Amino acid sequence: MTLLADEKSTIGRAEPLPELGPQEIRRYSRHLIMPEVGMEGQRRLKAAKVLLIGAGGLGSPLGLYLAAAGVGTLGVCDFDVVDETNLHRQVLFGRTDVGRPKLDAALGRLHEVNPHIQLVPHKLRLDSSNALELFAPYDIVVDGTDNFPTRYLVNDACVLLGKPNVYGSIFRFEGQVSIFWGAKGPCYRCLFPEPPPDGLVPSCAEGGVLGVLPGIIGSLQANEVIKLIVGAGDPMIGRLLLFDALKMKFRELKLRKDPDCPICSEHPTQHELIDYQQFCGIPAQPEVPGGDFDIQVDELKQWKDEGREVTILDVRTPQEWEIARIEGSTLIPLQELPDRMNELDPAATMAVLCHHGPRSFQAVRFLRQMGFARARNLAGGLEAWSRDVDPSVPRY
Amino acid sequence: MSVIIHIPTPLRRFTGEQGEIEVQGQTVGDALRDLTHRHPALERHLYNEQGALRSFVNVFLNDEDVRHLGRDATPLKVGDTLSIIPSIAGGAR
Repeated sequence: MTLLADEKSTIGRAEPLPELGPQEIRRYSRHLIMPEVGMEGQRRLKAAKVLLIGAGGLGSPLGLYLAAAGVGTLGVCDFDVVDETNLHRQVLFGRTDVGRPKLDAALGRLHEVNPHIQLVPHKLRLDSSNALELFAPYDIVVDGTDNFPTRYLVNDACVLLGKPNVYGSIFRFEGQVSIFWGAKGPCYRCLFPEPPPDGLVPSCAEGGVLGVLPGIIGSLQANEVIKLIVGAGDPMIGRLLLFDALKMKFRELKLRKDPDCPICSEHPTQHELIDYQQFCGIPAQPEVPGGDFDIQVDELKQWKDEGREVTILDVRTPQEWEIARIEGSTLIPLQELPDRMNELDPAATMAVLCHHGPRSFQAVRFLRQMGFARARNLAGGLEAWSRDVDPSVPRY
Repeated sequence: MSVIIHIPTPLRRFTGEQGEIEVQGQTVGDALRDLTHRHPALERHLYNEQGALRSFVNVFLNDEDVRHLGRDATPLKVGDTLSIIPSIAGGAR
């Protein structure tokens, strides 16, 4: 009936399929009466083993819908702690979960949703040393991660093990969904052979994300997982869905297998997992550019108190500036800095800040190359300033 | 000939927040050059120092990756749409 008709023997097919008890039959009745699911599909869901990487924005709807749908074994891998800034989109968690490990909070909630399924906690940071062993017992891996190294790692481990990777990704108002499955079609590397250089693509922490967006994209991923298991419909293999929440538009692109793909082609050059931090251009050791590169927040406070002349340059966005700022600072967003350098005095002592430090790090490195020898990076950014010096500056 | 180029969210800050830009060109390469001519700040995000399209920038002509067509030399026809597809990772700091 579908491309996956021959897959029914590999996904969600324990022999024989597990039986459903009376309570389960009652719970899943709206699934059971649909011919596309039926008793067989629901039993296949019960037999299926799905691993969710990340219990965050995407992981929230994924976990909730897959648990509710009766995926029999749901593994969840996360090592993070619930933060207040997660709550605008990570609907698995409530305010009393702030400070708890996400995994504990998530499993508690998912068990509440459906006690008939087996939840398997994996409280670890996924890396090249543990990924293959972790993925091996599962039928499907769902990528709900938030960074490039882990995405390439998830892809490569899935290709090496022949497992489907149900992919979703978000940025601000835009999302992407696909199924990367090297055994059946293209993988993530066929589409994105290399990651962008570290720092070129802003993260959600810098760029922001619409709270509803991971709800939409994660739900679409859950839909693909369920279709793969029950064998209904047309899976997103070889197709990339693009969603724009502002325009309310879905577009679809064709993906093809790269005949030279280093990992999923017929003649792969890579046969094992690699160092993905290095692959993504992230230095193993943080760059230490010399003692006077950073200035600490208490030192800047002292300078201000003493009335020393110091230019405080803020390189965040105007939107962030609107939320909170250090009094007397000058705003030049990082992207505008090359064009607006002439507004700054090259001889001035300068403290450069952003929210947490990465953008001001780039700004100071750039300014020093341009001859601003006394530009320094405010370590920890506005967050540290608010935490350690001036609590009246709101934290966001 | 004029075609529309879709600009993804992460790159819109270099196009004055415009998501769709009308450009002129007979080929994919022409159209992209016209785009960076109109919005010079985009250039270093699309091309490397040697003037070649960066490997992590994907360009689709309608729904096909231009790498599977004729790359820069792919001819354009009326009504075509080009899309720049970025790799996006999610929320990590």
